[in-house]
Amino acid sequence: MSSLKSLRGSAAIAGVATFGCGEAPGYSDMELLANAARAAVADAGLAMSDIDGLCTASGAATMWAMPVVEYLGIRPSYIDSTMIGGSSFIAHLLPAMQALQSGQCNAVLVCYGSAQRSATFGRREIVASRRFLDPQPYETPYEPMQPLSAYALAASRHMHEFGTTRRQLAEVAVAARGWAQRNPEAFMRGPLSIDDVLGARMVSDPLTVRDSCLVTDGGGAYVLVRAERARDLPNPPVYVLGNGTAVWNRQISSMHDLTVTAARDSGRAAFAMAGLAPKDIDVVQLYDAFTINVLLFLEDLGFCAKGEGGAFVEGGAIGPGGRLPVNTNGGGLSCVHPGMYGIFALIEAVRQLRGVGGERQVAGVKTALAHGNGGTLSSQSTAVLGLEETL
Amino acid sequence: MNPPVLLDSQGGVLARHQAALNEGRFLIQRCGSCGKAVYFPRELCPHCGHAELAWEHPAGTGTVYAVTTVRRKPEAGGDCNVSLIDLDEGVRLMSRVEGVPSSDVRIGQRVRARVLQQDGVGLVVFELLAGEGAAA
Repeated sequence: MSSLKSLRGSAAIAGVATFGCGEAPGYSDMELLANAARAAVADAGLAMSDIDGLCTASGAATMWAMPVVEYLGIRPSYIDSTMIGGSSFIAHLLPAMQALQSGQCNAVLVCYGSAQRSATFGRREIVASRRFLDPQPYETPYEPMQPLSAYALAASRHMHEFGTTRRQLAEVAVAARGWAQRNPEAFMRGPLSIDDVLGARMVSDPLTVRDSCLVTDGGGAYVLVRAERARDLPNPPVYVLGNGTAVWNRQISSMHDLTVTAARDSGRAAFAMAGLAPKDIDVVQLYDAFTINVLLFLEDLGFCAKGEGGAFVEGGAIGPGGRLPVNTNGGGLSCVHPGMYGIFALIEAVRQLRGVGGERQVAGVKTALAHGNGGTLSSQSTAVLGLEETL
Repeated sequence: MNPPVLLDSQGGVLARHQAALNEGRFLIQRCGSCGKAVYFPRELCPHCGHAELAWEHPAGTGTVYAVTTVRRKPEAGGDCNVSLIDLDEGVRLMSRVEGVPSSDVRIGQRVRARVLQQDGVGLVVFELLAGEGAAA
């Protein structure tokens, strides 16, 4: 039996696109998805008729792959609609690589769209319906403001165990804004200081509204093909060197240790497949639903020791000009967050590898990590990507 | 280890656990195979996969593991404490600590469970043990 390492670099991302990021009034989820999908397929130098694999997921529709197939007019021989929250679109990578390698399909489109900000059936209604469709009977009666309160509980524990401060959490939001100011696609680009974050409206202690991701509209898509085919397509191939996914729990109350996430497993698996270590990574895209996420993932993925995330991000260390570029598009905190952000983290990693980041471009990027999170610190998926020379 | 409790209510463990709460009784489970305490209630042991889980009354004492205050406007019910509590039996649950302002609830404080009846539905909440009052 061959190991996952044999899949290292076997597939490459040939096309990426975003559409309607920020505010897209009057658009439906499907229309945002379809526009991103069309643009990603074009970016790959392919036609929609070349797409014979589909990965997609929705925060609302449980049978989402079917309307997407119907809307795009495709007949995929490979379908993956695994829905584990915002990490799904990174978790879709490895099964798609296996499907490409086996010959089950030749070009996989991974796509997502949400009109969460502008839709009339918005976040409030989705949260209310989910109580019935996806009950959490041992948590809901206590009225946590989910998902935010779950992350607030994790932050409280991190502060208690390691002396992490609200100021250190604020560093994450300020760094994200610094990157967003260099990204014309970012939704929030105004000035933001540590004191602004500390003085912002508290939502669920210790997290303020500025410790929390945006609620925006947006669509994102990418196209994955076998490596040898990617070399014949217009863009420099971005090879998938490693991918790992891990889920340990759903509810925050079932998490064994609120300071250690399943990113420890997903990261270990992705790095093992890639044969790389955190020190080899040039840019890092972490699903920053809340500021605490970035500290947890920097620690669990091995960029610093457990408990040292707060100190690691101090002094603008993950912002523009810092020692480790993190969330170079501005992240879910300042760029875009339409319900699930994972695909946007991956797209930004690809753009940095292609060197098309404009004012926010990090020099000499050869490797990138994109990490997705889903639920309430529930699912984690890590991808390690690289250019031709890293193969 | 506490003595097992027999439940005569019907259905799965979710319904039976709630039926007991509605009668004012807070129950957790213990695995007959590996001996570990289990909460929330399950049809099989998440530690060893065994199906023989017995009900027992926990001591009711525990420790605040994590805490947050959900900030709400007064017309939305006002600020609300949400805590994760580690019971002395070794299981964790979401609940709230009552009787003090949420801002006075701290990680590490010792608490005791009681079953509150809210619109005819039993709910486990906690109060600080004596001597665990507001931090100076």
